Amino acid sequence: MTDHELIWRIAGGSGDGIASTSQNFAKALMRAGLHVFTHRHYPSRIRGGHTYTEVRVSADPIQSRGDGYNFLLALGDSFARNPSEGAYYGNEEIKPLSENLDELAEGGVIVYDSGLLDTSEIEDFDERVEENNWHVYDIDLRSMAREHGREVMRNTAGVAVTCAIADIEPDVIKSLMSDAMPEKILEPNFEVFDDAYETVKSEYDVDAPEVSAPTGEHDEEQVLISGSDAIAYAAIDEGCRFISGYPMTPWTEVFVIMSQNLPELGGISEQVEDEIAAAALAMGASHAGVKAMSGSSGGGFSLMSEPLGLAEITETPIVLVEAMRAGPSTGMPTKPEQSDMEHVLYTSQGDSHRIVFAPGTAAEAYDQTRKAFQIAYEYQIPSIVLYDQKLGGELSNVPASVFDEEPNADLGSVLSEAELEEAPHDDSGKYQRYQHDTENGVSPRSLPGQKGGRYLATGNEHMPAGHISEDPDNRIAQMNRRMQKVESIREELDEDGEFNTVYGPEDADYGLVTFGSQQGTVEEAAAELNEKGHSVKVLGVSELMPFPKEQVKSFLDSVDEALVVEMTASAQFRGLVQKELGGYGDKMSSLLKYNGNPFEPLDIVEGFETALLEGEALPDNRTKFVPKVGE
Amino acid sequence: MSAFSAIGEETEKDQNEFTPGLEPQPTWCPGCGDFGVLKALKGAAAELGLSPDEMMVMTGIGCSGKLNSYFNSYGFHTIHGRSLPIARAAKLANPGLTVVAAGGDGDGYGIGGNHFMHTARENHDITYIVFNNEIFGLTKGQTSPTSPKGHKSKTQPHGSAKTPLRPLSLSLNAGASYIARTAAVNPNQAKEIIVEAIEHDGFSHVDFLTQCPTWNKDARQYVPYIDINESDDYEFDNTNRAEASEMMFETENALHEGTVLTGRYYVDSDRPSYQQEKKQIGEMPEEPLAERYFDDSYEWERSYDKFLDKHK
Repeated sequence: MTDHELIWRIAGGSGDGIASTSQNFAKALMRAGLHVFTHRHYPSRIRGGHTYTEVRVSADPIQSRGDGYNFLLALGDSFARNPSEGAYYGNEEIKPLSENLDELAEGGVIVYDSGLLDTSEIEDFDERVEENNWHVYDIDLRSMAREHGREVMRNTAGVAVTCAIADIEPDVIKSLMSDAMPEKILEPNFEVFDDAYETVKSEYDVDAPEVSAPTGEHDEEQVLISGSDAIAYAAIDEGCRFISGYPMTPWTEVFVIMSQNLPELGGISEQVEDEIAAAALAMGASHAGVKAMSGSSGGGFSLMSEPLGLAEITETPIVLVEAMRAGPSTGMPTKPEQSDMEHVLYTSQGDSHRIVFAPGTAAEAYDQTRKAFQIAYEYQIPSIVLYDQKLGGELSNVPASVFDEEPNADLGSVLSEAELEEAPHDDSGKYQRYQHDTENGVSPRSLPGQKGGRYLATGNEHMPAGHISEDPDNRIAQMNRRMQKVESIREELDEDGEFNTVYGPEDADYGLVTFGSQQGTVEEAAAELNEKGHSVKVLGVSELMPFPKEQVKSFLDSVDEALVVEMTASAQFRGLVQKELGGYGDKMSSLLKYNGNPFEPLDIVEGFETALLEGEALPDNRTKFVPKVGE
Repeated sequence: MSAFSAIGEETEKDQNEFTPGLEPQPTWCPGCGDFGVLKALKGAAAELGLSPDEMMVMTGIGCSGKLNSYFNSYGFHTIHGRSLPIARAAKLANPGLTVVAAGGDGDGYGIGGNHFMHTARENHDITYIVFNNEIFGLTKGQTSPTSPKGHKSKTQPHGSAKTPLRPLSLSLNAGASYIARTAAVNPNQAKEIIVEAIEHDGFSHVDFLTQCPTWNKDARQYVPYIDINESDDYEFDNTNRAEASEMMFETENALHEGTVLTGRYYVDSDRPSYQQEKKQIGEMPEEPLAERYFDDSYEWERSYDKFLDKHK
């Protein structure tokens, strides 16, 4: 966090309107020319429980939630079930204020709703305020909301107070409110806003804190987009008109966006009995000639293991998305982790051959999901987009031009009826859909209903027209051809060379290596380290399978030592690098985080300086350092 | 012009057209009831004038899963218990296809039971043939969901303590709109029932008794059988849900007491199929979705024009 940034945290209970208020706040500031990045923290329950969203606001491009924060708007949990002190989870009502103090920066601002919260319930509150030079504003937001409208409008009052203290023009927020709110509630919300703004301006010292929103300007039009939005839009732009799924946090977001939009696009969405069926339906639709997808999170993806293997051996194109959350089993449903990586790479019996992308940003999620579809349909192979609760849910501004791309509804390697007439058939009239000899491993398919295209698709090993066979030579030919497709895809990705991200000075001494959603945070950490005089560069890997061996190898060869940053407890990604490269274990140490919160840049700065360079123990258990092999 | 010209092609068909020219040697044992299903399906397809290229036969795992190896059409031999969800989606993607799913009693009522229940509930316009031999055949004779109580096998050495599943009753309660039972030893009835099942607009479930001469030697060969629709001993209206339910219950009990009852148990021609329901609420296009990818004049919409404004 720089001096010129505002990192605003709005905290309350689930159901208090935190998500929509923070989204509007972020969008308003984006419209005002600023870069924004959000981070959501919420429990797995419908009402109550401590939840917050952070909105980081900067004049310069930003790629992470930043470090800590400097402005707290504590609304209080209005749904708290058990406010007694002896309660198992403690006094929940006060949590939006009490639980957020540890990470608040020195000199930071606290605005709390004195209509709900009483600071005398927080141990040493006044001492901590003085010690940290915090500026506290106790404002009865609830009464203001009640006076002009309904209690829920205290969010609006809180935003107005934020504007008054952080020097944000009221019109920035109010013009967005006009767009976002229905007429009926707009007027009372304006009244709440004006009352709160004026009250604070006239009755409180708003100039004391040094916390304020920066000003800025965008070069081009921006949109406020989440990773889930980007994945869904990519699917639509690739002509995907069929989705099947079963709700599960956090994958549900993609499922919902698709389900809400597909009917209007003449597509089909199916909510089905379980994830086995979900993946099977997507396969069935794809087999019959419709571009289709499914997805889930860890537990649901476990159920997809069987259909995934069937898609591999029957060479049915399918795109699956997997939104990781903390495991094992039900784990922590609303908390991010990257620990499904190995599961997604290898699940299902037999030798896996599939494509796995792990995008680092919303823009990458769009590009890589599109590529996932193209590869799936051209190479008749499962493509998986692996992301997590962090990337799926965080909002950031992305140039609108990222999405200004032509649609592509190409079905890939499918023959037309005219082409089928010329194609090889066996003596029973079946089309030889699985021919042994092909140029790149791909044997074009036919679609049911096409004249002259009938064949048998089967999960058993099969001969060219699909008949089940255990003949060794046929087995080798079919297996080799299917594996060859993966090599062909590797070649194609090498030619494109755009999905893995390298950041920082080419001749840096140290490397930070990560995959997927931690990329932006790791890059910001590297920038900070370099500013402090270190020599660090970053490799963010998105192509997990087939693995970009050459690129990763040359990156590792070019540095003295590397720190692999990932949200797992068992260093899965480092293990993947070692497996794929056959070594480098003595060059890579790991920084792991699995406490339910994504990395902040400072975690990595600290891990690098304290643990890797100094060889000392980390000051707390937020992250875990695992030294390279031999140490 | 359709990209799928086999669909709706009207021609005179001989049932031999559904026999692959190069017929693979069936892996079924001599005397297996599965031959009866194959023969009935070929006869039904020919009678309906279907073309091999407009039929999609999905199977599960087990001896029954080989059905589409010996039937000349598009086939998808899937995984254990999963033929129905794949079949459902193929039909949604291209409603012109004639979609038949098939599997054994372990496949359909055991491991795939959840899919069976939900496919029936949703009333998808597909036909589901369950080869019911009251045993796991291919894995060498273990007790299955429809094995009678007390059935002894290597996995149930003291005899099964479980009451067998009631396939017809389950189907009715789950929502299937055409429910019949036939037997391999009854080829004419079997063919007629499959014809009706395919023609029925909704989920048709055919519980097909297929004797297993190798692993279920103790079981009846399902003879003699009684056609409940023709026998004077059984009086009921198979469009009446309550009467159908009672007849099913009696039939399921009778099988284990040595009486093989078969026939059409429930026919609901009024209930709209899932495809119709889905179109009705605007969640399924009128034109087959699969055709759209071959329509060069179709203008594919893109997110930039459709959705970005709300993010600005």
